[in-house]
Amino acid sequence: MIVAEQKPLKEIQSLVGEAQTVLIVGCGTCVTVCFAGGEKEAGILGSLLRMSARMEGHEKSIGEVTVQRQCEWEYLDAIGDRIAEADIVLSLGCGVGVQALAERYPDAIVIPGLDTKFMGLPLEQGVWAERCAACGQCILGLTGGICPIARCSKQLLNGPCGGSSKGKCEVNPEIECAWQLIYDKLNAQGRLDLIMEITPPKDWRTGRDGGPRKIVRQDLRLVVTEEA
Amino acid sequence: MIIAFCCHYCAYAAADLAGSLRIQYPPGVSVVKLPCTGKLDVQLVLDAFEHGADGVMVAGCMEGDCHYQQGNFNARRRVNYAKTLLQRIGLEPDRIRMFNMSSAMGKKWADAVTEMDETVRGLGPSPLGRRA
Ligand code: SF4
Ligand code: SF4
Repeated sequence: MIVAEQKPLKEIQSLVGEAQTVLIVGCGTCVTVCFAGGEKEAGILGSLLRMSARMEGHEKSIGEVTVQRQCEWEYLDAIGDRIAEADIVLSLGCGVGVQALAERYPDAIVIPGLDTKFMGLPLEQGVWAERCAACGQCILGLTGGICPIARCSKQLLNGPCGGSSKGKCEVNPEIECAWQLIYDKLNAQGRLDLIMEITPPKDWRTGRDGGPRKIVRQDLRLVVTEEA
Repeated sequence: MIIAFCCHYCAYAAADLAGSLRIQYPPGVSVVKLPCTGKLDVQLVLDAFEHGADGVMVAGCMEGDCHYQQGNFNARRRVNYAKTLLQRIGLEPDRIRMFNMSSAMGKKWADAVTEMDETVRGLGPSPLGRRA
């Protein structure tokens, strides 16, 4: 899932600025399960903004609505009326949700209420960890299902480095050394041969180095194109 | 005005008992019965403050005695979280407090309300209260 964190209230307030009518738009998918921008968080943020405005001596009209997925037009189309009434739209979606709103409603002023952090999973309730960096060419098949791009601080393809100590990464003793994990896993499975060869440098054009990415699936498109 | 979110199995019954025993305590408290303090949602607390509550009490079973095992611990965490939220908007965190008692503790209920009443009087009316 995409993992995000709510911005500090002060920052949100300064983004909202003088706007009178604010619509908080929550998202019912990733950011709901990481407790950053779901219906509940939208409600809580709404209360805080209303109370804090009132304590400063002015009333703001702050509404909340949560869509199932902020990153798909269909769900956004349903809230057009609410958006039209708002001076500012405060999105509690991930960065994709914020941009989807801004793109679908070009006249609306859309601001982010979250900081989108990474793709990861909950280790336990209240703790999330990064697992994938969307490099565009997955090498988990070589590394025992442990990602050295997202989990090795140096994104090494041939680790560990000299900074690996007692299973921890030199960057921070709280970080497990991904390459120690990879080695232990492959060793336990008797598959160390997978990492005995030197892996050549990664082609980063499949990652962000190739510019913004896009996937086109002609088999799924509804518009008939020449190739189809 | 103090809003008291009370667990059905303990504090609510304790408040009832305090009444039957004719124990005196400050009158400005409104009780909201919850099936368990584990039902407490931070949003409920904020709604109370947004509607002008001067203080919020959350009263659940003795630790270890929750009818649903963990409910009162969950409530305590949420009360602590609500305190940080109040602080962020400039309201005193002491305006919300968690209490633990059993259904037999009518006196404890009265004492809890008295303490909360004193705290809230010390802090003064909530700046969000409806202006007369
Ligand atoms: S190798 Fe690339 S695609 Fe695979 S998990 Fe790591 S970052 Fe994600
Ligand atoms: S110590 Fe391990 S995780 Fe840290 S940079 Fe070196 S190989 Fe990567």
